[in-house]
Amino acid sequence: MENFITMRNICKNYIGVQALKDVDFSLRHGEIHCLVGGNGSGKSTLIKVLSGVVKPEPGAEIIIDGKVFSHLSVQDSIDQGIRVIYQDLALFPNLSIKENIAFFLYGETKSPIVDWKMVDQRARAAMEIIGLTINPDRKVGSLTIAEQQLVEITRSLVGELKLLILDEPTASLTRKEVNALFEAIYKLQERGISSMFVSHKMNEIFEIAEKVTVIRDGEIIGVYPPAELDDEKLVFLMTGKSFQTEPPEPIQGDPGNILETRALTKAGEFENVSISVKKGEIVGITGLLGAGRTELALSIFGMNHADSGEIFIDGKKQDISSNVVARKLGIAYVPEDRLSQGVILDQPIIENLTVTVFDKFVDKFGLMNMKKRRSEAGQMVDDLLMKISSLDAPMRTLSGGNQQKGVLAKWLATEPKILILDEPTVGIDVYAKNSVYELIKELAKEGMGIILISDEILEVLSNCHRVLVMQQGQIVYELTPGPDSADELLEKFNLA
Amino acid sequence: MERIKHSLSTSSAFLVYLLIIMIAVFTAINPNFFSAENFLTILRSSSYSGIFAIGFLFVLLSGGLDVSFASIATIGQYVTGTILIQIPGMPWPIVVIVPLIVGVLLGSFNAFMIHKLNAPPLIITIAVQNILFGVLQFITKGHWLYNFPKWFNQFPLTLVVSTTNANGVKYGLSVLTVIWFAVALIAAFILNRTIYGRRLYAMGGNVEAARRAGINILKYRIFAYGFLGFCSGLAGLVHTMVTQTVAPNTLVGNEFYTIAAVVLGGASIFGGSGSVFGTVLGVIIMAVLTNALTIMRVPAYWHQAFLGAILIGSMAVTAANSRRAMKKG
Amino acid sequence: MTEKIRNWSKRNSDIAALPFILIAVIVIMTAATSGKFLSKGNLSALSSQLPELGLLSLAMMVVIITNGINLSIISSANLVSVLMAIFMTRTITAETSTGMIWLIVLAAILLGIIISIILGAINGGLIAYIGLPPMLATLGTMLLYEGITLTITKGFVISGMPDIFVEYSYAKILGVPLPLLTMILALIVVGIILERRPFGKYLYLIGSSETVTRFSAIDTKKTIVKAYVMSGILAGIAGMVMLSRFNSANARSGSSLQLLTILISVLGGTDPNGGFGKVLGLTMSLLILQFITSGLNLLGVTQFITLALWGILLIAVIAYRRFTEHKHSS
Repeated sequence: MENFITMRNICKNYIGVQALKDVDFSLRHGEIHCLVGGNGSGKSTLIKVLSGVVKPEPGAEIIIDGKVFSHLSVQDSIDQGIRVIYQDLALFPNLSIKENIAFFLYGETKSPIVDWKMVDQRARAAMEIIGLTINPDRKVGSLTIAEQQLVEITRSLVGELKLLILDEPTASLTRKEVNALFEAIYKLQERGISSMFVSHKMNEIFEIAEKVTVIRDGEIIGVYPPAELDDEKLVFLMTGKSFQTEPPEPIQGDPGNILETRALTKAGEFENVSISVKKGEIVGITGLLGAGRTELALSIFGMNHADSGEIFIDGKKQDISSNVVARKLGIAYVPEDRLSQGVILDQPIIENLTVTVFDKFVDKFGLMNMKKRRSEAGQMVDDLLMKISSLDAPMRTLSGGNQQKGVLAKWLATEPKILILDEPTVGIDVYAKNSVYELIKELAKEGMGIILISDEILEVLSNCHRVLVMQQGQIVYELTPGPDSADELLEKFNLA
Repeated sequence: MERIKHSLSTSSAFLVYLLIIMIAVFTAINPNFFSAENFLTILRSSSYSGIFAIGFLFVLLSGGLDVSFASIATIGQYVTGTILIQIPGMPWPIVVIVPLIVGVLLGSFNAFMIHKLNAPPLIITIAVQNILFGVLQFITKGHWLYNFPKWFNQFPLTLVVSTTNANGVKYGLSVLTVIWFAVALIAAFILNRTIYGRRLYAMGGNVEAARRAGINILKYRIFAYGFLGFCSGLAGLVHTMVTQTVAPNTLVGNEFYTIAAVVLGGASIFGGSGSVFGTVLGVIIMAVLTNALTIMRVPAYWHQAFLGAILIGSMAVTAANSRRAMKKG
Repeated sequence: MTEKIRNWSKRNSDIAALPFILIAVIVIMTAATSGKFLSKGNLSALSSQLPELGLLSLAMMVVIITNGINLSIISSANLVSVLMAIFMTRTITAETSTGMIWLIVLAAILLGIIISIILGAINGGLIAYIGLPPMLATLGTMLLYEGITLTITKGFVISGMPDIFVEYSYAKILGVPLPLLTMILALIVVGIILERRPFGKYLYLIGSSETVTRFSAIDTKKTIVKAYVMSGILAGIAGMVMLSRFNSANARSGSSLQLLTILISVLGGTDPNGGFGKVLGLTMSLLILQFITSGLNLLGVTQFITLALWGILLIAVIAYRRFTEHKHSS
């Protein structure tokens, strides 16, 4: 097999940062490749160069099927058969499934008239390959996220596909859907189509990848067969450091429940959920995305009122009708989607850190004491070891990890009794991850009750006192982490 | 048949029923309302607002907004009027094409600025509206134009199909109504059957996705706003034909009538959904309502309050519907 | 001191140029009108037109900060002034005693404020709870409020306010006309609310991201309603000031001010996409534009050219900001 793509001398500079340094990369026809790297490692920039969104510095050479380019435009990239599926899906919610799937055909046909028959046929044919059995006339906006992702994958099969690039594709799929995806990838391989997965962690993708390229600080560290890699080695390659996580300190005696839910139910989201969290306890909730974890968390946080069931805080029954009530009861929630729910990128850091506690600074004239606020915000930055240039700088100037610390800080400022963390380490690098883990354990030691929601099994197993497994809206299993827990979960629930 | 059923099951069905109920109620109150002659008159007199509405639909579908179209139309009217008066022998195709070109140019200019300045379309087009209106008032000093050539007087009276009423007066389907429906048919074809139309819908549904799919956003904005400009030029021309006068402020200030009709016609205020059929229905419902209020001798002062209430009500229904649809998903 | 000024202009790059523009406008206008611009007559004319424009611009700014807009401010102001005018002219007869007139005027002001709150709450409710985009919601209410005013007045002008009410626009405290004082007070109060009250701060945060603010356990819907109520009250006060100055009310007065209020906000550094904007900037751009208007008026430029000029200036300011912002980020 000859090379489909060869990239040489790819450099990209942003202000003060070299995102890519002399990267050489190649990919053969039909190859299944995985690109791994931490946040800010340059992996997304490399993908953007391939998809034509980012123009590399002069001197770069991209050879696709013998054709030499100095850079690609979006149209070049599409013309060369490269399709990228980003994590934030690029679908049209107002159009039907079949039109979304056949959308790229509009650019290929000479005639400006839409051939609806062909749209229907091509869409159905592509859906068959993936095994997607939804009515193609339905609007995409009415589908679940997992279904939408499948539509997007299906879409890339229409037209002249030569390379499929997927950014964290399995994050929101069930194991069954992942298997369907792999089937499809193998079918593509039979046709000589290459696939490239982009990831920041070790996961299912390694099952089918033939080669793994590790990238760090804009440089290629090496290309490895997946068999040679394990979690520890991968983390070492991605960060240049090895980390070790200490389990949380055991709870002394019985401090009593800080949170308890009884038969909490919301139609279509979760059912009969009875959980409890002790003071100082870290409870992990895992299970696949779409299992109802976030919906459950939001109902405890007052943003998604349950249909039935009871919530007890510190032994007292409470009706949490809004998150304002939740905050007053001492509940804090660090949301799943940092960029759209956690931080206000355009506003100054100081506003982001203190938004939850503006009332705290109000003096007897009803006005905020700005000096006091500034000094407390400064204290938060010091406490969480955040790296910032100035409290007045916009939040977007911070790295993902520092932004996440900011979200934690604004909630810790409310002095919560219960802290719910929904996927707190997604998209942040290994260093930041580790400091988040340290912090959680520190807070638990001080008596806070913590719920850690994550689909990374190892994350919950190594940082929680107790782990609950959620499936299709129900808590189906509970375990205390031990040496064999990971295998147990894999065996019982197919959770890798 | 299946397709008709499907399309009727959406918001258009609601509009059809609403129209039928309105006609029934108004007829019960005043039997004079229910006559072919009255309906044909309504269609003729709303032909120019119907053309405006179709143009506006394109901009709304693309995810944009424009409040400058009435002043664009008025500029076109003055250009047409001036040509007609100054050069009476000017061949008619030129008289017709010039305001259309003016409209397309000004509309494209709007698109260009909205795109390049990345500012809310409302603010940009309010600015443009004032610029155009101010310049127009300054140049024309507010003078009206009238006394147009004979052919220009006669053409709009043409009836494509006609008959006579009890009093022996000829009435029928006006050529102006035919122009409106022709524009509607062409627009429906563009939106449903061409890649340009489909891409316009796509862009209104998710701009970022459209950009990633290689769609040139600027080009499609120019397409949407330019088409509205084209429709504005044409609507201005039709309006001139109906009234046989050109005045600076007959159209300006009534933009909201068009916006209300399109929103009433079920087009999403957030872009990406809406149909030509719904828009035509929206215009007809608004016209029927105004006509009925007039026939029932409701004072003209009431009309605007009615209009405002209907606009708010229909937007609230659309918003509630789209939220319900989201929840279902 | 210079250090302090340098720091200030760094932090406020959007409005740092405004003081210089203000001085330049004064100098140019004075020179162009050979001194007439600074004459006592012109200055007092200036100070009588300024208050309503200032109040309306404030009403516009507070909602633009939340990434909204309020197209109904002029029609709200007119509806408030018409209702107040009707209330006063209907209840006061030739026999009414002075004490009673005072009471009626105070009651009318109270009525005006209550109506302003209702009109603002309708706007806010449509936007926050029904979920309509601000421009369309307030477009609808603009038509509705103006329609109601037209229906009430049947297109006529209502005039003949009680003397003590009219006197408000002439009376002075320490040489400052009361309406001007009202505006200055409003600028200060709104400025303090925006800078120092939690509610004011929430407006900026909502303007940048309503979702994140909601996830921070802030009742954003209630906050948005309050913002439109505040906008409504400011518009209502502007209506009262106009009613006093013109001694009459009608449905269509001041409709050309719409564009000007947006222009003043944006020129004063308010981001048309929400999240940023200060009263200080607004105050300076208010003065700049009022001075230019008045100067052009003295020079005999027609109002239509001025209107076109405002449109051009608005686009130019947005273009300038866009251009400099590009330079900063790349």
